[in-house]
Amino acid sequence: MNSIIALSLFGIANLFLGFLNNRKILLPATLAFVLVALGLNLADWNQEYLWFNNMLRTNNLSVNFASVILVATFLVVAVSRGFGDDEEHTHPAEYYAIMLFSVVGAIMMVTFENLIMLFVGLEILSVSMYILTGTDKRNLRSNEAALKYFLMGAFATGILLFGIALIYGATGSFNIHGIEALVLTAAGGSAPALLYIGIVMVIIGLLFKVSAAPFHFWTPDVYEGAPAIFTAFMSTVVKTAGFAALFRLLGGAFTGVYGTWIYILYFLTMLTLIIGNITAVYQQSFKRMLAYSSISHAGYLMLTATAKVAHTQSSILFYSLAYSVATISAFAVLMVVAETKESNAEKTNENFDIFNGLAKNNPLLAFVLTVSMLSLAGIPLTAGFWGKFFIFSDAFQRGIVVPLVVAVLMSAVGIYYYFKAIISAYFKEGDVPAIELKPIYKITLIVTTLLTIVLGIAPDLVKSIF
Amino acid sequence: MLTLTLILLPIIAGLLTLASKGENAKTIASSAAFIELALGAYTYFSFVPDASTQFGLSYDWIHAAGVKFSIGIDGISLILVCLTTLMVPFIIVSTFNSNYTNVNNLYALILFMQAALVGVFTAKDGFLFYFFFEAALIPVYFIAAIWGGENKIKVTLKFFIFTMFGSLFMLLALVYLYMKTPGEIHTSDITALYEVGQNLNPSQQGYIFWAFFIAFAIKMPLFPFHTWQPDTYVEAPAPATMLLSGIMLKMGTYGLIRILLPIVPAGVQAWGLTAIILSVIGIVYGSIIAIQQKDMKRLIAYSSFAHVGLMSAGIFSRTLDGLQGSLIQMLAHGINVIGLFFIVEIIQQRTKSRELARLGGITQTTPNLTVYFIIIMLGSVALPLTNGFVGEFLLLKGVYEYNVWIGAVAGITIILGAVYMLRLVQKSMFGITSRITEGFQDLTFSEKAVLFPIAFLVIALGIAPNAFLHITEPAVSQLLTIITK
Repeated sequence: MNSIIALSLFGIANLFLGFLNNRKILLPATLAFVLVALGLNLADWNQEYLWFNNMLRTNNLSVNFASVILVATFLVVAVSRGFGDDEEHTHPAEYYAIMLFSVVGAIMMVTFENLIMLFVGLEILSVSMYILTGTDKRNLRSNEAALKYFLMGAFATGILLFGIALIYGATGSFNIHGIEALVLTAAGGSAPALLYIGIVMVIIGLLFKVSAAPFHFWTPDVYEGAPAIFTAFMSTVVKTAGFAALFRLLGGAFTGVYGTWIYILYFLTMLTLIIGNITAVYQQSFKRMLAYSSISHAGYLMLTATAKVAHTQSSILFYSLAYSVATISAFAVLMVVAETKESNAEKTNENFDIFNGLAKNNPLLAFVLTVSMLSLAGIPLTAGFWGKFFIFSDAFQRGIVVPLVVAVLMSAVGIYYYFKAIISAYFKEGDVPAIELKPIYKITLIVTTLLTIVLGIAPDLVKSIF
Repeated sequence: MLTLTLILLPIIAGLLTLASKGENAKTIASSAAFIELALGAYTYFSFVPDASTQFGLSYDWIHAAGVKFSIGIDGISLILVCLTTLMVPFIIVSTFNSNYTNVNNLYALILFMQAALVGVFTAKDGFLFYFFFEAALIPVYFIAAIWGGENKIKVTLKFFIFTMFGSLFMLLALVYLYMKTPGEIHTSDITALYEVGQNLNPSQQGYIFWAFFIAFAIKMPLFPFHTWQPDTYVEAPAPATMLLSGIMLKMGTYGLIRILLPIVPAGVQAWGLTAIILSVIGIVYGSIIAIQQKDMKRLIAYSSFAHVGLMSAGIFSRTLDGLQGSLIQMLAHGINVIGLFFIVEIIQQRTKSRELARLGGITQTTPNLTVYFIIIMLGSVALPLTNGFVGEFLLLKGVYEYNVWIGAVAGITIILGAVYMLRLVQKSMFGITSRITEGFQDLTFSEKAVLFPIAFLVIALGIAPNAFLHITEPAVSQLLTIITK
């Protein structure tokens, strides 16, 4: 829990570091901050505590989720390269500070014991993300994305809050363990309609954040408009936190009325999988493809959340980790290639053809891209395969067959669009000049790629911890 | 430990090859492949021919889920391990005359492929089997897509998605069976899966049958799942085609024997006839199309499609002869088809063409090539005293025992096979010299180094098939008692 306090202080420290006229120290400082937070977080291992008047709870589950979030943050920061040298238009101190603040929100969403804390955490995370989406001030797309994200997000938060209010009305409690007990007894027969409506509204609010269909319409535009680095952040940290919260509610507080929400999720899971995957096939833009792919991955995660078996938490954790690592690799390659093309005064877009001929002069980047795409597609030898495998096992155990078959068919569809990037990099003619990578960038890419492969061969390394 | 070495050696050699350049890569790759061959031979000779699993080894892989990394070799595995270790060195040597760019990557991918193939053939855990089954796809995809022909991108993607799609159903079936294994922690050990599968009721077995059957039928491929095959074989470069048709195709037939038959005997009982009919349609259909082909590679692709149909019919006949025949035929077909594709590659390198109409008269300047081509062709036509004969004879006997009429239709394969293979040799080698075949050079040393052992094996296996038949027999008999229990 000390990690929340530490991260808040570090965020402020970051703002002060901005006063020094030295952009170079911000990146290492932020990396160090995240590492310290990770260390503090791990110090809570095997200790169960309640904090702040029983508002937050740390246990091994929360430590695991927070660790995945912090690792993802660390990787994103490592590939941010201090946001370049454009002093006039970029403000790294503020960006890093906001990122740290948003992680505070994310960790609160993981550790909440009280629905109010869930709301506060979600808002801290969301408001930070609205700002980060709009940081490319001179880009019309970025502005549009920020506004869109804000309007839709505010609406979703409103629904969530309304749901919390209704649940409070029905049960008289904000505490999720209190709610769990009351829901269990209420489920016996005399549950007020308020409770069910409240539960559905809370679920909708969270599904919006993890971009599940049919609440996904903001995702492609926001992902495309936001600077790639923040898209990477958004699609990993926000998603992990969102699913952690969803899991804690579905697997904990709302367990008693499984029979009610299961059908909603049952259909939304299929819808999310189908919309995410089928639409991704038609995308020309790599970033938009990743947006739809992130929708489809939300679908796989919902499948295991729906299953709600004993392993669900470890499946979600493993999948989130595998997905985050692969996504960050993909975005990192995209950023560095797009930037090189831009500095050569070439007309660039973020379409698949940006990777044409990448393998010729940049074998490392092409390899990193390939491994991340294979992992996202769930091909064996990569972490993504085991992620899917654990999720399919969970769904089978619960006997959720129809969404499972949909998920299997859709993962075959997924291969098609993920391979488009690999094909561009290796088999299409094109010209990407040899790119000089900064050491930290190179190391991060190698680490993410190795992690993906190692977890693909020996998933037990982390699965046994989760 | 031996089995593990067989898997790890190519991986390590592959990594070394990746890090080296040009000539060095060639040396490392070929010496690793020959060491692997020696290990394969050692395995063959130290194998005690009974039904047990030998050289076994088991580690915890995913402890909490009860998934183990367990490998081992029994008679059925051994014949395929022999095929893999035997043919990969020749595939590597066969590339020595070609000019592939970044040749070190090619060798590394071939070696990775070999590791995955040995893994498939030795896996004793359901998920490990699946893991290697899929892992084998990645190297061959890259070989085909990097060094392939004009349409490579479209064709190889189709191939990848087809096979992946099939395997996902297999994954579902495996997970389903795994969930049914007893105990708090489930197990995916293959014998446990056998037991679970056999205890399912017939209709459940039917579903499981189809989930597995589609996966293997796409891989082999059987009619009507074959549409990816001819294009892929034609577009892929020679080494990839050899790997695909010579070895990878056998993953499908091996899967039928190792997984499908023992897990769902009642499902096979119910749907076996359908499977046999599909196989036989494939035999006739593949042969007839092969007769009309103008492109040598495409002709061999369809012939391979026809041959694999017969193997699968033999497997589904569930007789000792059918299974024994399919196993020996897997080995024989692997040897023959690799030889044939290599000869096509030689002809294509010298004449820049694979079209039968433009070739002819090559034999006038090439006594060596002609002899080897004819020997391998005869093996493929299943002439007595060649390796193809033993397999086809046993296979047809097995199918005949199962059903006389189906046996009779399948028998057409011998006649049609002779027609298209003789046509292949006649049109390409004999007749009048064409403009492009004038002054066709005879074989170089490295080409002879590949073709001589292959031709030798064609005849040796034809004369002494018992060298392998006696190894597989105990394992096959044991399998049959499980199935017919």
